[in-house]
Amino acid sequence: MKQQLMFAAALSALAGMAQAEEVVVYSARAEQLVKPLIDTYKKETGVTVKLVSDKEGPLMERMRAEGANSPADLLLTVDAGNLWQAEKLGLLRAVKSPTLDANIPAHLRDPNHQWYGLSIRARTLFYNTQKVKPGQLSSYADLADPKWKGKLCLRTSKKVYNQSLVAMMLADMGPAKTEQVVKGWVGNLATAVFPDDTKMLEAIAAGQCEVGIANTYYYGRLMEKSPKLPLGIFWADQAGKGTHVNISGAGVARYAKNEKGAVKFLEWLSSEKAQNLFADVNMEFPVNPKVKPDAKVAAWGDFKHNYINVSNAGARQAEAVKLMDRMGYK
Amino acid sequence: MFASLFRWRAAAALISLLTLIPLAVIAQGALQPDVDVWRHLAEHALPELWRNTAILLLGVGGGVLLLGVPLAWLTAVHDFPGRRLFAWALMLPLAMPAYVMAFAQLGLFEFTGPLQTALREAFGDSSWVPDIRSAAGVVTVLSLAFYPYVYLLARDAFSSMGRRALEVGQSLGLSPLAGFFRVALPMARPWIIAGLSLALMETLADFGAVAIFNYDAFTSAIYKAWFSLFSLPAAKQLASLLVLLVLALLWLEQRARGARGYGEAGRAAPLPRVKLSGAGAWLACAFCALVLSLAFILPFGLVLVWAAEQAASDLADLLEPLRSSLLLAALAAALVPSLAMALAFAGRRDPGSRLWTRLATLGYAVPGTVLAVGVFVPVAALDNWLLAHAAGWLPAGATAVFKGSLLVMLLAYCSRFLAVGHSAVDAAMQRIGRSQEEAAQSLGVSGWRLAWRLHLPLLRGGMATAMLMVFIDVMKEMPITLMTRPFGWDTLAVRIFNLTTEGEWQRAALPSAAIVLAGLLPVLLLSRRKTGA
Repeated sequence: MKQQLMFAAALSALAGMAQAEEVVVYSARAEQLVKPLIDTYKKETGVTVKLVSDKEGPLMERMRAEGANSPADLLLTVDAGNLWQAEKLGLLRAVKSPTLDANIPAHLRDPNHQWYGLSIRARTLFYNTQKVKPGQLSSYADLADPKWKGKLCLRTSKKVYNQSLVAMMLADMGPAKTEQVVKGWVGNLATAVFPDDTKMLEAIAAGQCEVGIANTYYYGRLMEKSPKLPLGIFWADQAGKGTHVNISGAGVARYAKNEKGAVKFLEWLSSEKAQNLFADVNMEFPVNPKVKPDAKVAAWGDFKHNYINVSNAGARQAEAVKLMDRMGYK
Repeated sequence: MFASLFRWRAAAALISLLTLIPLAVIAQGALQPDVDVWRHLAEHALPELWRNTAILLLGVGGGVLLLGVPLAWLTAVHDFPGRRLFAWALMLPLAMPAYVMAFAQLGLFEFTGPLQTALREAFGDSSWVPDIRSAAGVVTVLSLAFYPYVYLLARDAFSSMGRRALEVGQSLGLSPLAGFFRVALPMARPWIIAGLSLALMETLADFGAVAIFNYDAFTSAIYKAWFSLFSLPAAKQLASLLVLLVLALLWLEQRARGARGYGEAGRAAPLPRVKLSGAGAWLACAFCALVLSLAFILPFGLVLVWAAEQAASDLADLLEPLRSSLLLAALAAALVPSLAMALAFAGRRDPGSRLWTRLATLGYAVPGTVLAVGVFVPVAALDNWLLAHAAGWLPAGATAVFKGSLLVMLLAYCSRFLAVGHSAVDAAMQRIGRSQEEAAQSLGVSGWRLAWRLHLPLLRGGMATAMLMVFIDVMKEMPITLMTRPFGWDTLAVRIFNLTTEGEWQRAALPSAAIVLAGLLPVLLLSRRKTGA
């Protein structure tokens, strides 16, 4: 059995042939979030989608090393910053697709048509409902106010979600003001920054701190598991530019062997049917305006998005990281 | 004679290529500095990085010695309640990946964990509990994760000569404590240092645990330069700096070991253990129990509780990755110790080959993700070359030749884990006395027959240790597996990766528990061999 397995693996690898109806996706998204989509697509069209998962950095380096021989047809990842970087590295190609242009609003896709948003993830404020009234909250910048001293929890600045948030703040209000806000955040921290959003939300609920910034789907998942937690969601910056949104998205690989298949899969992912699935699996928001979010997600209420093009997150990400380093945000 | 010397050195050099090529890929990137990024790192990251790395090395180094050596000394030469159990159970943390240990310890001891929650419920306040998410917390957790390397090797040394050393000491009028410090400890030094250097290299290469603690170490800076500042050259420069640091460590190790030869002090009938009584016995028992609880029972208990919650829905999906993990670990456990033995032989025959061995074992300290890129880039280049120049020999439409094959994966494991295999095999090799070789040669046994009839039987123990340790390490390995695995080749570590990228630590507990359980058998075998039970 083992020998057969090995032999089969070695053989298929040595041959490495792309079958006619097969799309190879390099994915930095958790497999359990992509699997249901792939299974549905296969059932509908008979097309096999093969997945290679890794972190986005190694995946892109792998595509670079493989060059023209890369088997990748599509690169799927989270955060506009990563997609922007893939474009910069020349790993993607522009596709013309009226379907994609119709299904995905302009600010959620690349102006050069190299990548497309597939779901929206909102990063906003969360608070301990026993200690904070929603009326006390307003914007990301407000969390830098001394009134929150010793009451703020944040996730690490190493996570791309915070890097993109700060990059968007840079685009919206310039370096001097952004620096001031980040410095204020650091001064208000109740405890060392957290490795992930879930841990941070749990700390807010347990009273280690009172407010924090997280992506909404982590909140959704946590509340599904422990509905009694005293945690509230607050849409940030509604009086200003709107709540920071980012995307998960994909682009067709520069050396795609099956470009047509990749585009078709991408178009399918933006279609109403897949959008329901895509967003619901992880409690994100659909990009396709015709699709309503999942009932649990809709229950958090409507909010104003920050409509600045998400590619700004990529363009200013390195600048944001350096700023956070300077301000001592770990 | 000269020709055969040269052959050994050539073999060692060839094996070291497995590590040198990836390292060269890393170093080559360092030659194209990204001035802008580098300046920023030098100003805002490097000073803290050096400080944090020094804290980590000194802290974990001290920690693994303070835990590993006394535990080894107690269980190897003394008798006290529970000794037989502790002797093998204290190795169990080896089966738990450091990233699992880290999230389990945080799960237990941080603000939202069961301990502090209970304290708050009882007293209304838990703020006096020291924060585990601190430098001291990381050092403690990594010491608990890596002390078995020192314990394992030191125990080995103490049980083969410790009691004898103690006896010699006593006959010279030394107290047991003085006997330990003046006779047993110096004699066991090469083993202790070998264990210590493994633990320190693991510490330097660790990414998962420091990331979970958000502790800025070299690996986190490499990731930051690469993923956040989008500068692979700067990341490679940092990695090269890390390799230099490791070289310095190895040089120190070499000096500490000196040029002394270590033979066995004769193999007499086993001496009876020193029986501890009264408070001493209970103190020894309590110390062992405390370490075992903190390093294994509590964290693994939490993992099991979480795993049990997921078992109903996820258990069926576990079979296939478990099979892949076991197969890979078994293949690597066959391959790596064989290469390690070749290196050990080369070192015996030709001291000049030891330099190559040093280089060959560097891979252990390079962060897995960086090493994975170092492996993948040349393989992809070779493939691209073959596809361009030998297309006629390959099936139509081929996009890969070696890439994504198990062979590449195994070779990458070799460059990562040769150090583990080598330290076990070489420690055994050093115990074979020159006099034993000379005696055999005087009887006309030489060349391959000498190796076959004298060395191999005496190396069997070291080989078994190497195989078991490599098996366990490959079960736990993540970044190389992610980067080089064939299509659809899921392992338990890959499953954990997929879950933890979304912060789903509780769901990741099930594959984590499977890794630990699959690692238990080899650890038990290892301890059986070591305790002679």
